[in-house]
Amino acid sequence: MIYWEIFVAFFIPGILGYGGGPASIPLVENEVVRNFEWMSTQEFGELLAFANSLPGPIATKLAGYIGFEVGGYVGAGIGLFASIAPSLILMILLGGILIKYKKSPRVKRLTLFVQPVIAILLGVLAWNFWNEAYIGIGFWQTAIIVVISYFLIERKNVHPAFIIAGALLYGGFFL
Amino acid sequence: MKKHRNIFIAFFRVGMLGFGGGPASIPLIQKEVVKKYKWMNDEEFSDVFAIANTLPGPVATKLAGYIGYRVSGWGGMLSSLIASVMPTVILLIILLRTLSGISEFDWVKGMTAAVIAVVGMMMAVLTWQFIQKAGKGLGWLITIFMTIVMFILLQIIHIHPGIVIAALLILALILPVKSHDKEGEPS
Repeated sequence: MIYWEIFVAFFIPGILGYGGGPASIPLVENEVVRNFEWMSTQEFGELLAFANSLPGPIATKLAGYIGFEVGGYVGAGIGLFASIAPSLILMILLGGILIKYKKSPRVKRLTLFVQPVIAILLGVLAWNFWNEAYIGIGFWQTAIIVVISYFLIERKNVHPAFIIAGALLYGGFFL
Repeated sequence: MKKHRNIFIAFFRVGMLGFGGGPASIPLIQKEVVKKYKWMNDEEFSDVFAIANTLPGPVATKLAGYIGYRVSGWGGMLSSLIASVMPTVILLIILLRTLSGISEFDWVKGMTAAVIAVVGMMMAVLTWQFIQKAGKGLGWLITIFMTIVMFILLQIIHIHPGIVIAALLILALILPVKSHDKEGEPS
């Protein structure tokens, strides 16, 4: 049942992604690419590139788009519901209790303990993307693009949309 | 009705102006909710933000939904959620649908490879940010040790991340707390 699969694919990242939307990116990849095989690593990478060049929360952009591709409008609705509802319902139900315990070191470290897992998953994802790029255009081209895009986005604060557009143009003409 | 419209406008603006995913839009949410519409004061907002951070899942929609709910009930929640999520999802679908027609040409391969290299860089930066957060909160020695153990569990033994995360959450709740940290624990 495709709708059930869409629900599972976005419910798991929604309920395990500690650290906001970006934390759920590798968890979404785990379900969408490895588990359900709806897209390849490469396609997922392209999707992330475009999703990152548009504004708004990243997790729901992925859920809405992938849900739509796999299961039409209903699929998009289910993907969005699965990624938003569980944590929002928890927040509305537990809000009062959590405010009372917000200084408790146990509650505080819930998020903290999960960070290394998310870091590993994100790191592996980065590695897989570079590997795809390496297969496509070789080591030097990949390395140069990585260094230049890092410098422009992280050091010069150029908007990612321009860098993505620039990479598309460069790749289309010269590679 | 006016309240719903204001909620919608506030979160629509946040959704359309917040680049870099949900966490990047938190200051924008604060600007709308605290400064412009005065639905909450700074202290209430930081409480809401703190509890949103202790729960899993996308932070922007948790804040949007919860604030919409507090300001104007279930209807308010729906307004804020639709406003913060729908516009960008629709934009993304239109953008990718338009582009997918060209993906058969040969020169698209170069484009794909170049773009994926950039996305890999973005993921690597995120990786570093998560490691830094862990390092500051847990101490670097524990962070390095945990990262190595997690790498073995996830990539070599191939345990599903869900199981690993669930185990860590249980550990976070049951492990003893160092005495100087205990002050905040309500008795």
